[in-house]
Amino acid sequence: MKFLKLSKKTLIGLLFLSCSTHSAVQIIQPSDNAYQDIQEALILAEPGDVIRLTSGIFHLQDSLSLDVSGVQIEGEGMDQTILNFSNQQSGAQGLSVTSDNVTLQDFSIQNARGDAIKVKGVTNIKFLRVKTEWTNGPSPKNGAYGFYPVESTNVLIDACVAIGASDAGIYVGQSKNIIVRNSRAEYNVAGIEIENSYYADVYNNIATNNTGGILVFDLPGLPQQGGHHVRVFNNQAIGNNTDNFAPEGNIVGEVPRGTGIIIQANSDVEVFNNQIGDNDTVNIAVVTYSDETDDQAYYPHPRSIQIHGNKFGPTGYNPDTTKGELAQILFELSKGNMPDIFWDGLMPISQLIFGQPEDEKMIISNNGDATLLAIKPIGYMLPFLEPAVLDIDEFDGAISPLAKVEFDENF
Amino acid sequence: MRTFKKSLFLLIFLISFESHTKETNQYNLNNFSKVPEFLSEFGFFKDMQNQIPAEGIHPYSLISPLFSDETDKLRFVYVPDGQKLGYVNNEVFIFPVGSTLIKTFAYLNKNGPLEQQLLETRLLINTNDGWQAISYVWNKEQTDASRAIAGATIPTTFINSDGKMIDVRYRAPNQNQCKECHQANKTITPIGPKARNMNKLIEYESGEMNQLLYWAALGWIDKNIDTASISNYMDVNASLEDRSRAYLDINCGHCHIPGGSADTTGLYLNYTERDKEQLGIYKKPVAAGRASGNLKYSIVPGHADESILLFRMKSLDPGIMMPESGRALADEVGIKLIEDWIDKL
Repeated sequence: MKFLKLSKKTLIGLLFLSCSTHSAVQIIQPSDNAYQDIQEALILAEPGDVIRLTSGIFHLQDSLSLDVSGVQIEGEGMDQTILNFSNQQSGAQGLSVTSDNVTLQDFSIQNARGDAIKVKGVTNIKFLRVKTEWTNGPSPKNGAYGFYPVESTNVLIDACVAIGASDAGIYVGQSKNIIVRNSRAEYNVAGIEIENSYYADVYNNIATNNTGGILVFDLPGLPQQGGHHVRVFNNQAIGNNTDNFAPEGNIVGEVPRGTGIIIQANSDVEVFNNQIGDNDTVNIAVVTYSDETDDQAYYPHPRSIQIHGNKFGPTGYNPDTTKGELAQILFELSKGNMPDIFWDGLMPISQLIFGQPEDEKMIISNNGDATLLAIKPIGYMLPFLEPAVLDIDEFDGAISPLAKVEFDENF
Repeated sequence: MRTFKKSLFLLIFLISFESHTKETNQYNLNNFSKVPEFLSEFGFFKDMQNQIPAEGIHPYSLISPLFSDETDKLRFVYVPDGQKLGYVNNEVFIFPVGSTLIKTFAYLNKNGPLEQQLLETRLLINTNDGWQAISYVWNKEQTDASRAIAGATIPTTFINSDGKMIDVRYRAPNQNQCKECHQANKTITPIGPKARNMNKLIEYESGEMNQLLYWAALGWIDKNIDTASISNYMDVNASLEDRSRAYLDINCGHCHIPGGSADTTGLYLNYTERDKEQLGIYKKPVAAGRASGNLKYSIVPGHADESILLFRMKSLDPGIMMPESGRALADEVGIKLIEDWIDKL
């Protein structure tokens, strides 16, 4: 027994020793050799290390990448430590991360030629108080994404800022267990976008001056699809009236200016307690993915959507009929009297005829004096039937709250 | 006490194993706690400057190589004595631990008045911990190359195949960028040495010979392996389809493949992909951003000018160009080939 005790102690001592000897803080200051300094540090880092970038502007011509687990890259504040890529010559991102258990905090990435920060295929990634920005305002020449975690598990984006992305400011794609909170997205095409992802909580964010505020999308033909379990709550999606500046070909290029929240082709989405208003076209749109695809496994319709307890401000007073068909159809059907909430009503033909399964029906309740327009596809196609439902009470029902997204944030 | 005995035994075993491997491996490539600072330390070359390999280091070549700013590539392979390679159809040969792939990027400038310039030598070493990518950048005097962890930028001028002088901001990739392309499901792997890429004659010191037969003669592989052969994309006698798929495979297919760096896009350009939408035909981009060039689909049959794939091959803008790294120039020959292919689809 004595022997056993001793060995335990030694083991703990060894663990402690290995932690303390391995973790190191490396401090890097702006210089002409900044790229080399940072990139070497990122490659030679050991798990547990901190790479600290001091205040100032780091001018970088090539993209940075981290592939060592358990490393923290930190600046001295998002307005103090600035990684500037205005003169970038190579690399498709500002910073890319491909290792687990990484924390990025307190710095800015400016004017990356492509995406600002891409994180691919990792478990545990934290962005704390990081800013991504294109500094000359909305332009199709800006990079696509500010924050771009993809194919990842346990993603935390907290107190971050995303400005000027020509696709989405904060984009989480093909990922699982996601929290986006306390962040601000402005002057992007899409403010915050959750795409092809499972289990996401998006809360306490401000999405303003984007083309569309918050998007929950699902696309065909990808390794992970069938997005589900997304909660969007306590956010402000206000005044998202920037003209769509996405280059054509991109799915967000079809988002009309002035959209608060769009839910497309996901299941189990709960939108509640948000403030949504001053959006030129519509406050909330629930839509089907309408482009053709050969993907047999793909389900293009939204289902089990719950919208409740939201506060709506004015909307639809200046609809953007130039992008996609959404605003055009809505404008015609509402005869210019645009609703807060729009649903395109599309579903598989069998369900159009025989009705939706009970647990897939949309529930809309307790949204004050919100207005609604839901298309009745059969009525829409046949001249003698009503083309749409306008009575929001038809969707009233009991809410089945989705579970909170939780994972260990102290990895 | 029993556990203790066991671990002691294991320790002795490990020690003896270690010393055994050191004896048989002249380059000590199995274990890489300390990476050599200089390429010369490995002793891979009898003559560094002229790239004459040492004994046991063999040259090899691919039927269709990746475009890398028109560099000449000098490839060599080392396999520890008496070891064999594993073979799976359509996959990279399975190399034994200690094997090394050596690739020197150079402008040989054979068509003009400039001297030859060795730029960098990249090593892929199959260690006990798996493949490791290490790169060395050549000094001005061309006497040796030193380790370049963060890569290097080499502005230079070379003579292209038409005899024209071309300026280039040549970029030797950093270690992470090596992995971007050289990975399958997050593990580093070679790309080129698949049987289908190697079934051709090359010049050896002993004369001309088919590479697969040469490897068989070395005892590395079986004489009768069953493999398809990829086309040389420059070979005008091959079909446009075969040449184009060979080109896409070697230039794009290592990332654009399930499990590769670009699998998030759902665009798969590897040689064995058969699904048309996945290959890009009328496929909408997912996360291209401005790299879509205001075009709707990756490939529009009959309309190369409306195809995002070609647009990105032509671009020199780092936020648009494909491949993302590994080139600063456009591949005019490849562009023409893919243009013709799409136009005739």
